[in-house]
Amino acid sequence: MTTRVIEIWVGIFVAAGMAALFMLAMKVSNLSTYGGDEGYEVTARFEDISGLKVRSPVTMSGVRIGRVKAIQFDDQALQAVVVMEIESRHNMLPKDTSASIYTAGLLGEKYVGLEAGGDQNNLVQGDEIKLTQDSLVLEKLIGQFVSRFMTDSAAENK
Amino acid sequence: MLDSVQLLGRKGLSFFQRLGRGHILLVNILAGLPGLLPRIGLVIKQTYAVGVLSLVIIVVSGLFVGMVLGLQGYNTLVDFGAEESLGVVVALSLVRELGPVVTALLFAGRAGSALTAEIGLMKATEQLSAMEMMAVDPVRRVLAPRFLAGFISMPVLAAIFSAVGILGGYFVGVGLLGVDDGAYWSQMQDKVDMYDDINNGIIKSLVFGVVVTWIAIFEGNDSIPTSEGVSRATTRTVVHSALAVLGLDFILTALMFGD
Repeated sequence: MTTRVIEIWVGIFVAAGMAALFMLAMKVSNLSTYGGDEGYEVTARFEDISGLKVRSPVTMSGVRIGRVKAIQFDDQALQAVVVMEIESRHNMLPKDTSASIYTAGLLGEKYVGLEAGGDQNNLVQGDEIKLTQDSLVLEKLIGQFVSRFMTDSAAENK
Repeated sequence: MLDSVQLLGRKGLSFFQRLGRGHILLVNILAGLPGLLPRIGLVIKQTYAVGVLSLVIIVVSGLFVGMVLGLQGYNTLVDFGAEESLGVVVALSLVRELGPVVTALLFAGRAGSALTAEIGLMKATEQLSAMEMMAVDPVRRVLAPRFLAGFISMPVLAAIFSAVGILGGYFVGVGLLGVDDGAYWSQMQDKVDMYDDINNGIIKSLVFGVVVTWIAIFEGNDSIPTSEGVSRATTRTVVHSALAVLGLDFILTALMFGD
């Protein structure tokens, strides 16, 4: 086989490898969902965000419109501050939009769900969402249920 | 009694001697790599032998491994009503583990054994000594290009293996078993991380490429120059490469995904 043919084959080989890597990067991994169109940031304060992570989805009506960009802790207020990046094409969210932390499925990951309010003004870069609802912690819920059950049965026995 | 102690000592010393020779050879090869720049043609020729000729077995194995993963993953996931996660299962197992490891095992069998046999025969027929007589350093002329070719080929082959495997899983999962097309890709994109998963897979395949090629070249260069010696060296290449790849894979996995 001539050197020329060998060189062409090696070229095809390396190009195929590049194509495979490109496919892994763009089609398989989350690289294509990074960045892209720059969004605007809004913050929200929660008492309890347990389970929420950076890059968790932010949804409205079940459609993903952004991602959690950072999670900080406010030492003064003793609250969690969640910074969300909303895609810039969704810039018509009312100012009194509320944010809640939900669980996808019974054991799935946590995400932030936004619900629109009725305000005429829209959320802009740096705004804070005032109305928030915390992450539902299963242990707390069961604890409340058990304690209520105990007090109820104690009242009946009187 | 004394004989067996002597035997043990001799075995131990010869083991350390081989270990030392292997590392000295590696250092010599690495020192010879910069000298390859003006002779890049040698590397291209070896990349053809080591990489391009391994393509068929890698593509076919990758396709079937992906298809089996799709089938088995579907059967397990469908019990939990989670067959939408099939893409995640296939992609993560391929990119993190099976891609680099199976490619390295196949690479050791297909390319490593050929390297050992070739170099061993060059030694047996005294071609290497002849080169030295002509003041050509066989490490730089023969071994270094083969080492670099293995180092280049292995990650390329592993990437092709993973990509083809994911397509195989797609073909079985979406084409035959009826998993939703969009869910297969979107769940995958959601869960597979570029830096945690794909980069670590590439690092693994680079390490395996170095180790397999190094073992193959060393065994060939260190073989006893008879037909029996070459055959033994070839066997050792495949066995030692497989053991080294599997052992290193555990260590690398513990380092990368341990936390």
